[in-house]
Amino acid sequence: MKLFYVFIKKEFYHIIRDRRSLFILLGMPIIQILLFGFAITNEINNVNIAILDHSKDVTTQNIINKISASSYFSIKQFIERESDIEKVFKKGKIKAVLIFENDFSKKLLKNSHATVQIIADATDPNTANTISNYINAIIQSYTQELNKDVVVSYQIIPISHMVYNPELKSVFMFVPGVMTVILMLVSAMMTSISITREKELGTMEIILVSPLKPIQVIAGKVIPYVFISIINATIIILLSLFIFKMPVQGSLILLGFENVIFIVTALAFGILISTISATQQTAMMISLMGLMLPVIILSGFIFPIESMPLPLQIISNIIPAKWFIIIIKGIMLKGVGITYLWKETLVLIAMSLFFIGLSTKKYKIRLE
Amino acid sequence: MSISVSNISKSYKNVQALKDVSFHVNEGELFGLIGPDGAGKTSLFRILTTLLIADSGKANVAGYDVVDDFKEIRNCVGYMPGKFSLYQDLTVEENLNFFATIFGTSIKENYHLIKDIYVQIEPFKNRRAGKLSGGMKQKLALCCALIHKPKVLFLDEPTTGVDPVSRKEFWDMLKRLQQKGISILVSTPYMDEAALCDRIAFIQNGEILEIDSPQDIVKHFPKKLYNVGADNMYKLIESLKHYEHMHSVFPFGEFVHYTDKRNDFNSIELNEYLTSKGLNQISVEVAQPTIEDTFMALAK
Amino acid sequence: MEKVIEAKSLTKSFGDFTAVNAITFHVEKGEIFGFLGANGAGKTTAMKMLIGISNPTSGEAKVAGFDVFKQRESIKNNIGYMSQKFALYDDLTVKENITFFGGIYGLSREVIKSKTQVLIKELNLEEVENQLVGSLPLGWKQKISFSVALLHNPKIVFLDEPTGGVDPITRRQFWEMIYKAANQGTTIFVTTHYMDEAEYCDRVSIMVNGKIEALDTPKNLKNSYKADSMNDVFLKLARG
Repeated sequence: MKLFYVFIKKEFYHIIRDRRSLFILLGMPIIQILLFGFAITNEINNVNIAILDHSKDVTTQNIINKISASSYFSIKQFIERESDIEKVFKKGKIKAVLIFENDFSKKLLKNSHATVQIIADATDPNTANTISNYINAIIQSYTQELNKDVVVSYQIIPISHMVYNPELKSVFMFVPGVMTVILMLVSAMMTSISITREKELGTMEIILVSPLKPIQVIAGKVIPYVFISIINATIIILLSLFIFKMPVQGSLILLGFENVIFIVTALAFGILISTISATQQTAMMISLMGLMLPVIILSGFIFPIESMPLPLQIISNIIPAKWFIIIIKGIMLKGVGITYLWKETLVLIAMSLFFIGLSTKKYKIRLE
Repeated sequence: MSISVSNISKSYKNVQALKDVSFHVNEGELFGLIGPDGAGKTSLFRILTTLLIADSGKANVAGYDVVDDFKEIRNCVGYMPGKFSLYQDLTVEENLNFFATIFGTSIKENYHLIKDIYVQIEPFKNRRAGKLSGGMKQKLALCCALIHKPKVLFLDEPTTGVDPVSRKEFWDMLKRLQQKGISILVSTPYMDEAALCDRIAFIQNGEILEIDSPQDIVKHFPKKLYNVGADNMYKLIESLKHYEHMHSVFPFGEFVHYTDKRNDFNSIELNEYLTSKGLNQISVEVAQPTIEDTFMALAK
Repeated sequence: MEKVIEAKSLTKSFGDFTAVNAITFHVEKGEIFGFLGANGAGKTTAMKMLIGISNPTSGEAKVAGFDVFKQRESIKNNIGYMSQKFALYDDLTVKENITFFGGIYGLSREVIKSKTQVLIKELNLEEVENQLVGSLPLGWKQKISFSVALLHNPKIVFLDEPTGGVDPITRRQFWEMIYKAANQGTTIFVTTHYMDEAEYCDRVSIMVNGKIEALDTPKNLKNSYKADSMNDVFLKLARG
């Protein structure tokens, strides 16, 4: 036991005395989550639009007022002719043009429908899509208001209702993803680097020649990083709670428990990487290329798994991050408990055991 | 016998690192493996410390087989690898403490073994190992290898890159350890250190060239050796190299060590030849071959 | 005699620690100058100042006629440098290494080509010219590396422990190359831990704790310290 304690103490000395790495270890989660929360976002804010109003009557004026009252859009320009549309787009500041047909109020009263055309600059398709959705939503809410005054209205108004993230805040989607990426990075990359560093230094030779058992060496390497990863997970959850006001609907204890399982899986990956790489540099490259990319691309963090081609969907099943993201989203956003998540949790535990077994087996008691 | 090696061979992809190596080290002996970089010394050390498995052959350390009983061996040997292998970011004391603990002992328990060496670095015990000078690092590494009271000590090029003063101190320490009954296998590229061993083995390109005591190994020198001196070293070497009866020419300190092809070598003839080449202050004397001369003659 | 290195009270301090303490010496053209000292005596620091990669704290020095404070770029063009730690790129072939190092000293393509051929012939490297340097024995690498340091005909070549770990035969071949270069007028400034190599030098300086404690020919040093070999001289001096 004393042996174990001394080993862990030594690992902590390494971590604490390397100020730069320590800063990266603990600073990275904060920076990433703030970056994703504030800078990289799908939300739109104060998007410049132009209006081409052929009617200029009460209804169009009301709609225009409603749009300009929202914080999403700011009306920069009124244009008079269709031919001006291209001109304003070319200047690049206007992201969308709204065209009201002529006799808008009249048509609406007489035929009970009138047309608004939304022309959006789709060089950035995501934003264009969001803009048109938002404008649709505003117009729909206006028609709803109109219908209130009408005694009989059988008009069916389609309402798309956003559940779980009604404000469509993208940071809510990013938190689980960023948490996954960071835990993977810290756990897998850092352990693999710290083991390969001993190989490079030559200290691994002495450790191997000592009576230490492989499991003791591995555990000694892993436990400090379990601690650091737990601290990181806590920081991320606290940041999302207090800065982004993200709710945690489900049990915090369950969230913590799932985090530990995922961390252990990632650490086992780290050890596995260290068994196949001789230098810190290779360990880092393998961690980045072999783990980070699949985690970012195939886990459903950025690209929805449902819209991937079938082979990729199948591959995504063997990526622990996919299951972890489902679990966290479930707990944080939906507030579901273990009764709904037991399947995913079991998958994760099984993967974790598999990789621990594999890495202990692959850990070499000799050089080469 | 504390180490016995019989017919060990080891190859990497396309290099044969060890070719049919056999030797033994007696109980309490200080045995030197003398050979240049790339001779196969490190591979041999790794096989004996159970870090590598040989392709063929058998080896025993402290009575245990290096493959079957590797766990026992790991408990009773001390190893100082060629590369500086301490934790640079831990202090002197932390390093020692760590290695003591992983070998299941404490500094206190075996302090008597390392005392002589440790007192020299103790004033710096709170300094990080990375900030020590070369000689001090060496001493610390030796303390770490000794702290669990090993029966056999393996030192792979412990003095490479270390200045002559620290090297001498280091060898004095090895001598004292030997008196405490520890068998030591040490490798070095410095021929002057060979003279301090009980027995030495010359190793080159994975093969053992000769094994003997330092006093007797020079008897394997095949020829008569001459010290040749003159006023211009470069000219002297060049001239000797073009001398028709030349067998070998090596600069050696202020002289050139020369051997002749003939059995009836005539120094006057050589003197005349060198004078004709424009050299002055020529001297030709019979010299005693050194360990280094012997190595070079055998390695050719 | 022409003086190619002249140092006067050259000093380098790091905080309170004086690594090189007012060393004064000179090296003559074509001389083989041995620069000895224990680990940590200040050899490397002094050498770094002379080759223009470290600024002296005080004192003055001229290398190849250029001032170490003001004309560092000119110094670099007139010296060759070879260290034990970095010599050649392991992942380039012998030829590629020579071409590269010739290129960084601004030699023309034709000159590099002809010099490469001469060099490969002199060192008997015909069979390995297209092999990666990493696959060659250490002794070969050091010999190639020394030749590369001479490519641009520098006035002075600085050698930092060039023969560490090299076998005794190759070590002597290396010294024969040094003799040859010196004979052709190149000045050699060399550090080593092999005391027998100190005997090969024309003059030897021994540094102890940042100061030059002794400077003379090996013969005179042995006489004045009543020692049999340079090793004994060194031990007597460095032990204090």
